Amino acid sequence: MPQLTYLQAISDAMREEMRADERVLVMGEDIGTFGGAFKVTDGFLAEFGPLRVMDTPLAESAIIGTAVGAAVEGLRPICEMQFADFISCGFDQLVNVAGKMHYRQGLSVNITVRLPSGGGFSGGPFHSQNPEAWFMHSPGIKVVAPSTPADAKGLLIAAVRDPNPVVFMEHKHLYRRVRGEVDEGRYETPFTARVARPGQDLVVIAYGAMVHTALEATEDVDGASIEVLDLRSLVPLDEAAILDSVHRCSKVVVLDEANATAAAGAQVAALIAEKGWEDLDGPVVRVATPDVPIPFSPPLEQAVLPQVDDVREACRELLAY
Amino acid sequence: MATDVRQAGDVPALVSEHLTLDDRVGLLRAMLLMRGIEERAMLLYRQGKVPGSFYDGFGQEAVSAGPAWAMAATDRLCVLHRDLAAHVIRGVTPVRILAQYMGREGGITRGRDGNVHFGDRRLGCVGMVSMLPDMMLVATGMAMAFKLRSEPRVALTWFGDGSTSRGDFHEAMNWAGVQRLPVIFVLENNQYAYSTPLDQQFAVDPVERAAGYGFPGTRVDGNDPESMFEATRLARERALAGEGPSLIEAVTMRMHGHAAHDDMKYVPAAQIEEWRRKDPIDRQVRRLEGLGVDVAAVREAVHAEIDAAVEEALAMPMPDGETATQGVFATEPALLEDGQAPWSGFRA
Repeated sequence: MPQLTYLQAISDAMREEMRADERVLVMGEDIGTFGGAFKVTDGFLAEFGPLRVMDTPLAESAIIGTAVGAAVEGLRPICEMQFADFISCGFDQLVNVAGKMHYRQGLSVNITVRLPSGGGFSGGPFHSQNPEAWFMHSPGIKVVAPSTPADAKGLLIAAVRDPNPVVFMEHKHLYRRVRGEVDEGRYETPFTARVARPGQDLVVIAYGAMVHTALEATEDVDGASIEVLDLRSLVPLDEAAILDSVHRCSKVVVLDEANATAAAGAQVAALIAEKGWEDLDGPVVRVATPDVPIPFSPPLEQAVLPQVDDVREACRELLAY
Repeated sequence: MATDVRQAGDVPALVSEHLTLDDRVGLLRAMLLMRGIEERAMLLYRQGKVPGSFYDGFGQEAVSAGPAWAMAATDRLCVLHRDLAAHVIRGVTPVRILAQYMGREGGITRGRDGNVHFGDRRLGCVGMVSMLPDMMLVATGMAMAFKLRSEPRVALTWFGDGSTSRGDFHEAMNWAGVQRLPVIFVLENNQYAYSTPLDQQFAVDPVERAAGYGFPGTRVDGNDPESMFEATRLARERALAGEGPSLIEAVTMRMHGHAAHDDMKYVPAAQIEEWRRKDPIDRQVRRLEGLGVDVAAVREAVHAEIDAAVEEALAMPMPDGETATQGVFATEPALLEDGQAPWSGFRA
């Protein structure tokens, strides 16, 4: 099996799906001639031409809105926001037009919106956000957030084929930092959680880049057996897998890179409070970014984003509870 | 703007040489259905049978009838809230429209969305959302799909004068111009966005902006269905020839309030009176009477159809509350299908 980076896996998913299905197209700012701000679509223009690899005007609302129009006509657009932060400019089309379309009119909107997200490299307040919870709160939109190259490829292919709007959170910090074995060919990864490392004393529930932070932080916490659950999908949320981990481990740390209030992890904590209470052997502990814009200067940014030591300390305290 | 201010009794000129007598009667019939359905729905609203509020397009019937008449079965329409005649022409039956207003299971959205927020996907129509003019971008995206697949098809959408102030107007006009897409933008200038008059909405009439996006903008008498048809027919020909989008400004007047609750105190009485003389249905009636058509018989048939539809819709059940959480996500593709296209030009 070939070893690919997270970025190569995302690129492969789109390339292979476009080769096999002429309904699939990619659209976004600077994705054609330039190959994308992160080079995810490098070489696509030469292979697929300008109608299927569309360099768009600087207009996020138009990228989402025209994709909706193309989708109800049977195409399968993949929209790239240059940075996840910019989805705020396309928010209305995604939330009000795409998300509510099937419920209101029975029309399926087969679009995928790729959001290069996350911080850790001085991107500052407008190139570092993790806006996934905005869309968890909006009915009719699926939200996935892979942590590994294999899942990035499989989840993206599944997103492209899904007849609903799917927000695909791809963490920029993983693009070239994470490498792993990726199956050749086209395969789908289900929108379910995955046990990244089994354990029985405590579970850390995370998604995206924080899965790697969790794995590193819990490699050895005083010899305890620590499970890491990778959510992979936030909508739908794999309630069974979460409650199963809680049942097995009884102690839970929920980890978000997003701002803490009403984050994905808050939903996980609420679920456990509602349905996993009997299995708990301690309070649900949350580690997340405080409710501040993501600051630019490295010491400030590191102070707010969850670090390996923060997670390890949270686990240690909870284990001693 | 060429306005028709002739007194009743004058016979308006025939504007388009592409309309047969049957087409002209069909346009009148669609406008009468729109007015008749909306008048009955307003009564039902006052009787408490229409939940929420009620919006109508009294006096603007030509703005939707004319353009919809020019569209082919495979063309696509994103329909605004005062454009009921477009739904009628595409083939939505009065009973389903009335059931829609009353939130019944048999309405087009099965009670999921209210009043004029609907489009029958099986007839090639997408309903609006309240954020205006979001559908300009959706129509532009449809046109993008037609171009990508080299299909001889056109998308059309309506939007109001207030919509021209929002960013999506610019994004859609620009995108369509850059890519020379087969899309027709119909600006429904009805003088007021809720209570806001034109001089507080823009400094320059937005039809002038089309040139800045690289395509033509045309001011049309929005109270004449034949003028609206002809302008749309030409825009459609242009789009099919690969020459790109068109903006059509339909100059009209919103004769009722923004919604049923709105008494329109902010509109001068003289303005209403002036526009009352330009009623689009009266105009088409005079035109057809001049051609010897028995208009009374057309009216009678339309009213009988609406009477029956009201009875049928009132007998329809309300949706079951147990189903309210169903259908948020699609489990399989459900796309747009073709609508009716009654214009004789498609049968020639």
